Amino acid sequence: MGAGWLAAPMERHGRAAATSASSAWEPVPGGPDGRRREPLRRRANSASAPAVGASASASASPSAEGVRRDRPGSYSGATSASRQRVESLRKKRPLFPWFGLDIGGTLVKLVYFEPKDITAEEEEEEVESLKSIRKYLTSNVAYGSTGIRDVHLELKDLTLCGRKGNLHFIRFPTHDMPAFIQMGRDKNFSSLHTVFCATGGGAYKFEQDFLTIGDLQLCKLDELDCLIKGILYIDSVGFNGRSQCYYFENPADSEKCQKLPFDLKNPYPLLLVNIGSGVSILAVYSKDNYKRVTGTSLGGGTFFGLCCLLTGCTTFEEALEMASRGDSTKVDKLVRDIYGGDYERFGLPGWAVASSFGNMMSKEKREAVSKEDLARATLITITNNIGSIARMCALNENINQVVFVGNFLRINTIAMRLLAYALDYWSKGQLKALFSEHEGYFGAVGALLELLKIP
Amino acid sequence: MSWPGTFKMAECGASGSGSSGDSLDKSITLPPDEIFRNLENAKRFAIDIGGSLTKLAYYSTVQHKVAKVRSFDYSGKDTEQDHEPPYEISVQEEVTARLHFVKFENTYIEACLDFIKDHLVNTETKVIQATGGGAYKFKDLIEEKLQLKVDKEDVMTCLIKGCNFVLKNIPHEAFVYQKDSDPEFRFQTNHPNIFPYLLVNIGSGVSIVKVETEDRFEWIGGSSIGGGTFWGLGALLTKTKKFDELLQLASRGQHTNVDMLVQDIYGGAHETLGLSGNLIASSFGKSATADQEFSKEDMAKSLLHMISNDIGQLACLYARLHCLDRVYFGGFFIRGHPVTMRTITYSINFFSKGEVQALFLRHEGYLGAIGAFLKGAEQDNPNQYSWGENYAGSSGLMSSSPELCPTQRARSGTFDLLEMDRLERPLVNLPLLLDPSSYVPDTVDLTDDALARKYWLTCFEEALDGVVKRAVASQPGSVDAAERAEKFRQKYWNKLQTLRHQPFAYGTLTVRSLLDTREHCLNEFNFPDPYSKVKQKDNGVALKCFQRVVSALDALDWEERQLALVKGLLAGNVFDWGAKAVSDVLESDPQFGFEEAKKKLQERPWLVDSYSKWLQRLKGPPHKCALIFADNSGVDVILGVFPFVRELLSRGTEVILACNSGPALNDVTYSESLIVAERIAAMDPVIHSALREERLLLVQTGSSSPCLDLSRLDKGLAVLVRERGADLVVIEGMGRAVHTNYHAALCCESLKLAVIKNSWLAERLGGQLFSVIFKYEVPAE
Repeated sequence: MGAGWLAAPMERHGRAAATSASSAWEPVPGGPDGRRREPLRRRANSASAPAVGASASASASPSAEGVRRDRPGSYSGATSASRQRVESLRKKRPLFPWFGLDIGGTLVKLVYFEPKDITAEEEEEEVESLKSIRKYLTSNVAYGSTGIRDVHLELKDLTLCGRKGNLHFIRFPTHDMPAFIQMGRDKNFSSLHTVFCATGGGAYKFEQDFLTIGDLQLCKLDELDCLIKGILYIDSVGFNGRSQCYYFENPADSEKCQKLPFDLKNPYPLLLVNIGSGVSILAVYSKDNYKRVTGTSLGGGTFFGLCCLLTGCTTFEEALEMASRGDSTKVDKLVRDIYGGDYERFGLPGWAVASSFGNMMSKEKREAVSKEDLARATLITITNNIGSIARMCALNENINQVVFVGNFLRINTIAMRLLAYALDYWSKGQLKALFSEHEGYFGAVGALLELLKIP
Repeated sequence: MSWPGTFKMAECGASGSGSSGDSLDKSITLPPDEIFRNLENAKRFAIDIGGSLTKLAYYSTVQHKVAKVRSFDYSGKDTEQDHEPPYEISVQEEVTARLHFVKFENTYIEACLDFIKDHLVNTETKVIQATGGGAYKFKDLIEEKLQLKVDKEDVMTCLIKGCNFVLKNIPHEAFVYQKDSDPEFRFQTNHPNIFPYLLVNIGSGVSIVKVETEDRFEWIGGSSIGGGTFWGLGALLTKTKKFDELLQLASRGQHTNVDMLVQDIYGGAHETLGLSGNLIASSFGKSATADQEFSKEDMAKSLLHMISNDIGQLACLYARLHCLDRVYFGGFFIRGHPVTMRTITYSINFFSKGEVQALFLRHEGYLGAIGAFLKGAEQDNPNQYSWGENYAGSSGLMSSSPELCPTQRARSGTFDLLEMDRLERPLVNLPLLLDPSSYVPDTVDLTDDALARKYWLTCFEEALDGVVKRAVASQPGSVDAAERAEKFRQKYWNKLQTLRHQPFAYGTLTVRSLLDTREHCLNEFNFPDPYSKVKQKDNGVALKCFQRVVSALDALDWEERQLALVKGLLAGNVFDWGAKAVSDVLESDPQFGFEEAKKKLQERPWLVDSYSKWLQRLKGPPHKCALIFADNSGVDVILGVFPFVRELLSRGTEVILACNSGPALNDVTYSESLIVAERIAAMDPVIHSALREERLLLVQTGSSSPCLDLSRLDKGLAVLVRERGADLVVIEGMGRAVHTNYHAALCCESLKLAVIKNSWLAERLGGQLFSVIFKYEVPAE
């Protein structure tokens, strides 16, 4: 396989995007055709589901808006052919390779199970293409110029379906998907009779390409089902002996701030905030009882997109790096900028942001800010907003632990600490912000579990 | 009452000679001496200085000419001289209180302050209440120019005080906005209880305030993503400096080029999944994944959606947490911008699934100034009074919106005005309304009904010449009457033109609002009661016939008499007494005229006819107390209403006779009714004893409108209705029983009577000219 399967078409795309697409459905007043659009039928926002009683009982109707779904995977969208194949797999273990794929709006997340208990006999029987995939994936940390294996996330000595092995976490930009499919065709993946379990919007978008170009049938899976499954599973296996879940103590204090493990022994109820390109917010009441509460289109894609426009940066890492050096208070108008200090009438502290980018209304101040300041302000704006919506959802759903996941949080300590602080401050200590080491990979893990029929 | 478009009005000939193409402009851009009116009498000031607009509020007294009626002193005189009027009319000066609000661009602030200083002569005030972000910046300037000490008031407190004030005092203040529907503006009738509500103020940031009572409100949340974010971020992204220009850009852009949509992630599959592909998955998501240039318009649009959606979502979350369904939006982000009202409305509908209503306010821009003023005027107890919007002195909604009126001159240089008159007495709901919160006075919404709107606007235009003539004729001794009448014509004509283009300018457009606007304009130019002399004559003539009519009625048997009484009530409604041909006949032989009028009436069965039911009812036990809203002076009240009242009294029913507080057309006013009653009492022992024993009570409605709004009636009337246990309401005349209240549901028996004197309206109702409405209603058990 050698020269990297993601190489060819990638040079054109300078920007390695870094956030996953969780689907955050947002409304648009009348589009070009002027027709009013209906909200999602299946995963409609339930921002205002009948006020307080919303969490009381699960509806029997799975099609009802905003109603908790009791049967995860029941809406996998899989074609009957692949469904049959999945059915037959139930009896025996699926053939290797074992992949789980989550194709988001910005990033593709791929988890790969590398069996470490392969017997000599097995190795002999292993077809060449299978072996080369294994070797290629496990011996490299980068694929082409944009594919990356997050080595630090690798889960070692995992037992899955009776097989022992390591779980690898790989990501690449969604715009390289055609190259990935082409690679599958070139390497004759279809001869392996493997099943690709895929979730995320891209599972639908690229289904036809998988079939016609790669001769591969996708088993499409619901992304929220996969997300929940993945999180619960990963939390249960831990992180190579360490805790998967963590929180921040003294998040506002650079000196005293500490990342501490959190034991999620009582996970329910749980507010799950998945920050990819957009944001989805789920209320989880048990392993297979959850509902999508709402979402916002102001997510990781917005942060990175605005940073690109404002600073000319080209990667998520670069955007974050700039943000780490900037000062958002030059860009934002704070409460103290308006009131000279705290606004006591309403109990607002002077340091709170009154208007994001509010200083940029003035020409002089526009001329006085740096790109770093703008990147920082963008990060603060998006993060605060997510925190604020999450807090309101937690209050409305009467849930006090909030887990933030998604690739927006990758290497993004500023955002995590801000979320932790904001949630604590505005809730007067009632809400706790939790985070998880494998941030953006839960959907892909969930897809893998679906392949293996692990409940 | 003399109706525009009634059959006699066509004689008025061509109208609107004074109108011209640019008349609309003039009503908006006023020469300075018309902007700061009544400054000489200004008593108290407040100012709200925002980021770009200044709002000045002042309280002044207005000298009005009013026609007063006074009974002659008959003692020792022969009272029955043939050609003597029944009472005398004198024009007097009366002082009323008025609130003036003026809105202008900050660039004019110095010029305006100079102007105010030059005209400020009578004020005793030493301070000016100031609020808004700019109050600090201009503090020194104001203090130096006006020699008044600036008293800074809390922005949010002012805002909420102002909001409560307009919600309570201005009918049709709040509206929902629906782009692409006709009408775009849908006004809400005033809810008797405005609390609790949510106010979302979108200034540079967003404040979300829960208002529970007049004095209790709480900041429950906010967001830093607001108007300042749109402006600041927009300026960075598009290099466009002005807020309005950014909105212009946004209205031309396509956000789908910049935003990552659901269909961008799902491909075509969103359809089979039942997902709406055009929903935004990630705002600005495409600017992260593609190397391309984005147009300013597209970025501005994407930004607008992002911010509006975000605010709408948060507002819904807060509304839900606090179990509120009414959310008022204000702040410069919203102010007069259909684009932002549209996106906010869409967002609220989406996120709340229709459970929360996004409401906007006609006078949103004035809330701070109104509130600051009220803060300073607390010792005058402005909240104890009822106030009314003066249509003559107020610019309508969107009058200076470049988006809606692109042909008008640029926004700068336009002054927006609001004037509110302090009403002498507080106004309240009629306690007999079945459901005050759903009561809508007006029968036809002309904002909704384009055909009716065209018809009535034309009607009022055509009637204008006649009104002008009548106005001049009513003041024969005045040297400048013709000049003032011409000014009145110009003003009202301009209002009508504004309403043709912006029917929503003063709330829901109705026949009532057109009539009220005309009355306000007449008052403005000191024609307080153009019909005073006509009424005087009509009353005199009718009084002479009273005894004859009553004896004729008394001669009838009971059943015949009941029908004759009802016909008498209706007959008074037939003729337009302002029309010369009719009054000539009446003068020569009033009895004959009255009989003629009865003959003109449609034969039974009437267009709406529940007379049999009414007759049946009359055979039963008497009503405890009847509340009667009278209509015209002259034959109507004297030969129609009083005999009817007399019969009720004889049955043992008490009667409250309610007449307008102020003049409107030839409607009988309260003070006229007092004299008329006195004169009748002198002739008729039944009326005499009833008045003496307070079984017949004369009250005022609190209104000066030819129509009737049962949700804004004099408090004294309401108290009396409760005390006496009124169980029958009689409403007569087209204005009160057809144009308004035709569908009004009461919790007691009601009688609505009118003769349709307008062929267009008659046709609409499925009848002909002079069709009779006799609607007797008994509430369901």
